Amino acid sequence: MKKKGTANGVRYGMVIDLDKCTGCGTCIVACSAENNVSVLYDESDKTRNINWLKIYVLSNGKAFPHTEVVYLPRPCMQCDHPPCVPVCPTTATTNDSAEGIVSQIYTRCIGCRYCVAACPYHARDFNWFDPKFPEGMDRYLSPEVSPRMRGVVEKCSFCHHRLMRAKSKAYYEGRRDLKEDEYIPACAEACPVGAISFGDLNNPKHKVSELIKSPSAFRLLERLGTEPKVYYMSTKDWVRRMADNYLQGEFKPKG
Amino acid sequence: MDAAFVPNAVQRCSLRTFALWMLVWLALVVWGLVSAFLCFYKGLNQTNMNHYFAFGLWIVFDLSLIALGAGAFFTGFLTHIIGNVFIYPFVKSLKAIIKPAVVIGFICYSAAIAMLGVDIGQPLRGWFIFWHANVHSMLTEVSFCITVYLGVLTIEYLPIILSNRKLKEVPELNIFGNNLHHMVALFAAAGTFLSFFHQGSLGGMFGVLFGRPFAFREGFLIWPWTFFLFIHSSIAAGPSFTLLCVWIAQKATGKKLVKDSVLIVLAKISGWLLATYIVLKIMDTVGWAYGVVPKAGLSFIDFYQGTYGVWLMVAEIGVFGIIPAIILITPSLRERSGLVIIGAAMNVTGIVLNRFVFAIQTLAIPVMPFDTFMSYIPTWQEWGIALGSIGYGIMVFSLSYRYLPLFPQEAELNPVTVLGKGVTDFGVVKRG
Repeated sequence: MKKKGTANGVRYGMVIDLDKCTGCGTCIVACSAENNVSVLYDESDKTRNINWLKIYVLSNGKAFPHTEVVYLPRPCMQCDHPPCVPVCPTTATTNDSAEGIVSQIYTRCIGCRYCVAACPYHARDFNWFDPKFPEGMDRYLSPEVSPRMRGVVEKCSFCHHRLMRAKSKAYYEGRRDLKEDEYIPACAEACPVGAISFGDLNNPKHKVSELIKSPSAFRLLERLGTEPKVYYMSTKDWVRRMADNYLQGEFKPKG
Repeated sequence: MDAAFVPNAVQRCSLRTFALWMLVWLALVVWGLVSAFLCFYKGLNQTNMNHYFAFGLWIVFDLSLIALGAGAFFTGFLTHIIGNVFIYPFVKSLKAIIKPAVVIGFICYSAAIAMLGVDIGQPLRGWFIFWHANVHSMLTEVSFCITVYLGVLTIEYLPIILSNRKLKEVPELNIFGNNLHHMVALFAAAGTFLSFFHQGSLGGMFGVLFGRPFAFREGFLIWPWTFFLFIHSSIAAGPSFTLLCVWIAQKATGKKLVKDSVLIVLAKISGWLLATYIVLKIMDTVGWAYGVVPKAGLSFIDFYQGTYGVWLMVAEIGVFGIIPAIILITPSLRERSGLVIIGAAMNVTGIVLNRFVFAIQTLAIPVMPFDTFMSYIPTWQEWGIALGSIGYGIMVFSLSYRYLPLFPQEAELNPVTVLGKGVTDFGVVKRG
């Protein structure tokens, strides 16, 4: 069977189990620390702050005692058919042909925000302010990730520098392929309940390739044809129902 | 004092009155410059745009200015291309407004490009669009075409500037201006080609957004239907905007500058283009409502919520689309001077609404079912830059009117006499 996506058949993806996620926010903190995400003077302004990973709170809308709440972490979907890549006028964002990761070249971005408008997941953040780090935090900046300047767009890179690091190590050891646990983004590593799994979706030895076959697995806004590489899992019908738009009678509950 | 620069055989207000008039618009320009400085110095946090509203008031103004500036290329196309190939008498009469149309086009495009310069987060990297061009992006096509077309408009504007009475006295400039003038058909053709592409690409910019079902359209090959609709609507609104500007100039100067018959021709062209556009726009909307929308699992009404309700569509297509089309295509209506202006103004409003809807409503609508519907109000800095562009436009047009022979019919329509003698070879400046 022809493998989907990239030239060498590797297609990194993520599976987030929403039944496990507690909404603790550790993934956001880990992501922000790992990727030198700057801090806004007013972090309560969620329409302008920078978060590569954002947690949405979903509710079934029913009154107590039938109320159910689910937390939905949303990194960049790393789409196989990304709406953001073809629109960029300066080729500042590309869909990597080797691993399928959608990159953002900060020093080439002119800040036109066309990609922000194109992404239906709001996965792209524009730097409205100069990057600021609270006193002392600047000493903890990672040397592996370049901080972003004002006026450019940034987004989740699946911790691409970790991939580079793992690839360098493998190369040094004379290997071409990475082991499953060799490359994991910070959010997946930090999740205290193990809700986030990561690996090569095309590799049958990787856990994620099995998880995505589960009847509970789904993706956000699949109907638009963006082909996200981030999958979610939930046994709850109402959660799966909220992942996409359906006309009356279109959604088939799994029961 | 500046009489030597005023065109032959026409009358202008005193320099003092002119200076006062310019001062009003200069205030708007200063407001715009202060806002631009703040945006450059402090960043785009000076606006109310955010991750939801990646585009704001400036993009609405940009899209509108470029659509309304289409009067320049379309009048040029009719006069220099169609007029040279087919001898239609009504096309010949458009020569009376070709110069103001070029000046309006130049103003619209230069203002739009300046505004885009502030709108991008890293203005110093603007040239990356040309250096690292992504040929798949509609915005690349827009940027290339509007930049080159501004060059074309500058070349078309130059002979008009060089036709100033004082500048004409310099033989080199006179010869240069004349030579440019003789090549104007070539530039009109280039302008038409470029304009078709960037007007279309501006529509294409939104039509290709397959992640945004409100804007997304099917299309022909690589071009979504919005590509063609934006071209069509711009050539429908452009002549109306030119007509409106000429009418405002007539009111401001208290003089007849162009024969009514010429304005009626503009209204007729605009009206028929608008009428055909509205038919196509309705077809497109129906096709979208029964195609793209259900395919995305949505229903028509999902797109019209809160501030951006169905009234917007009724206003855009019905009130400011169908009504002005009827006014402008009906001879008995468009020949009534009050109605023709109302028709043109409504036509222009409709197209501005269309650009607003594509730029703002597209972004206001949540695509993820658990996301929220947003609305946006611009800051004074955003208004400053937008209104500053209008101030700039009025200043450039006023200067051009005062010192350049923009309206060839002006002298004939407003005979000037000084001490009982007809004036033929020098300008007259009215005192007081």
